[in-house]
Amino acid sequence: MANATQPTAASDERIKEISAFRKAMIRPELGGIVGTIAVFTFFLLFAFDSGMFNSQGIMNWSIVSAQFMVIAVGACLLMIAGEFDLSVGSMIGFAGMMIAIFSVTYGWPVWLAIITTFVLCTAIGGFNGWIVIRTGLPSFIVTLAFLFILRGFTIFLPQVIERKTIIGGILDVAEGDWLAPIFGGKILGGVFTWLGDAGLIATFERGTKQGQPVVDGIPMLIVWAIVLILFGHALLTKTKFGNWIFAAGGDAEAARNSGVPVNRVKILMFMFTAFCATVFAVCQVMEFGSAGADRGLLKEFEAIIAVVIGGALLTGGYGSVLGAALGALIFGVVQQGLFFAGVESSLFRVFLGVILLGAVILNTYIRRIITGER
Amino acid sequence: MSDDSRFHHGEPANAAPIIEMKNIKKHFGRVIALAGVSFDVKPGECHCLLGDNGAGKSTFIKTMSGVHKPTAGEIYFEGKPMRFEDPRDAIEAGIATVHQHLAMIPLMSVSRNFFMGNEPETKVAGISFFDKKTADAVTMEEMRKMGINLRGPDQAVGTLSGGERQTVAIARAVYFGAKILILDEPTSALGVRQTSNVLATIDRVRKQGIGVVFISHNVRHALAVGDRFTVLNRGQTLGTATRGEISPEELQDLMAGGQELAQLEGSLGGTV
Repeated sequence: MANATQPTAASDERIKEISAFRKAMIRPELGGIVGTIAVFTFFLLFAFDSGMFNSQGIMNWSIVSAQFMVIAVGACLLMIAGEFDLSVGSMIGFAGMMIAIFSVTYGWPVWLAIITTFVLCTAIGGFNGWIVIRTGLPSFIVTLAFLFILRGFTIFLPQVIERKTIIGGILDVAEGDWLAPIFGGKILGGVFTWLGDAGLIATFERGTKQGQPVVDGIPMLIVWAIVLILFGHALLTKTKFGNWIFAAGGDAEAARNSGVPVNRVKILMFMFTAFCATVFAVCQVMEFGSAGADRGLLKEFEAIIAVVIGGALLTGGYGSVLGAALGALIFGVVQQGLFFAGVESSLFRVFLGVILLGAVILNTYIRRIITGER
Repeated sequence: MSDDSRFHHGEPANAAPIIEMKNIKKHFGRVIALAGVSFDVKPGECHCLLGDNGAGKSTFIKTMSGVHKPTAGEIYFEGKPMRFEDPRDAIEAGIATVHQHLAMIPLMSVSRNFFMGNEPETKVAGISFFDKKTADAVTMEEMRKMGINLRGPDQAVGTLSGGERQTVAIARAVYFGAKILILDEPTSALGVRQTSNVLATIDRVRKQGIGVVFISHNVRHALAVGDRFTVLNRGQTLGTATRGEISPEELQDLMAGGQELAQLEGSLGGTV
């Protein structure tokens, strides 16, 4: 260019300087970070002696939080892409039931049952997305329909096939299977044995397991949660596709004008949400050894609450996977912590509502600063 | 305008046109939207397409950008006959359209908007990642060239003014190799100050040898930057005029078909 000799460092007098501290604070996860600190401070003060922070206690709320995290990652990416999935809870019940029917009733190898269920459920997720794209209907309505359709099948199928609503015996058929431990197993058992021997964590004092640590490894559910969070975060912030997710949710028409394959992005995110729900379902089935028709009730709302606490915008185009993970952590810690603190369990909802409201108000404020909304 | 730039008002008349559209007709069923429009754009010029609502401006630029296929007529791109199957063909050939709305996503940062759909990538351990460092550096540099000083590449587009957003969209099109830039009513929703910013941007772009098609129904905005003016009325060209040959009043008359506006003009006391 011939005349690109603009003054290089001239700053606009209308833009206020922002201090480094304020800049570091202004991020989508701030609400989640503040909430996490508040929740941990509260329980460290009021429930420290209750066993909430010994090895079993930590494992207890970590597992519950990990459950929320697994579905929150999917819900988060989908919400940023501008859509909702209300069928997550029903999908969890449905996926668990399909694994039980395939493996116990039909006698398929467990690995085949798991893979088939993943393919089936991701396809249903994709079908959800396809209907939303083709009809232009709000995903709220389409997935609400699937909330009922999938739940209906989850109750209907086992009753027709086995004449009951819970199918058990999955652990027996999963014995020796190569894929089942990826969802139901535990890792780092050696570390925990060593910690137990060293007297750092509690061990069984009598019985057949005497001397073994009470917590004997990290369940694969937690590993899945961490892997999904890292994957989701990297996908969203570090890849081209992540930019497309933001663009699809921010303004689908503008994104299309710029050459972003919006339909493909949205359908893939519906599929990913269904994938996360299936991961949850398989881990749960492998933990309990059974599949029940009522599994996963209300999980869709819990996932959405975690995502919103984590700073995502309900209308799409803005949010953070790390924030959603913190939202899930808050959710899990509060739910289990109130039990440890000896608080009447019905107050859990009150507590949760207060945190939800506080986090959302804070997040709205932060978002206005970042994006210049008025 | 600086003396060292290769292009000046009125000068590009001797260069070969980048795109030449001859006798374009477009019928939608029984409706004749375009009844034989000829138009060309030369490198480094700003060719204004003027016309009142319903004159066929939108249909015409959609034909140019590959959205519509003409019912009859010929399109030559860089001297060769061309037929765009879809907008992607036109974009690949170097015809970029900047819409008044729907160009930027306010919630996203300037650098993410700038590279939306064209993200640079870098490979780490065989996996392709969004090359944020390059994206940020290029965005800051291109914005500086356009006279916008960003607080940082992470600044959200929502914090920019309407004129600045328009400028980001133009800078983006230029960076990605546009030879023809179609600006669809870029100034119609802007204030006076922002309008002059956008007009200054058009001038900068033109100096780089890009042909600008500036669609407007505001004669004064068009006269401020235009080199040539083509007026559409009821699907037909009423002629192309070169800068200096035509007065604002004449242009205004042409746009309105010359009819009742003369009477209106009296009561309004000047250019509308």
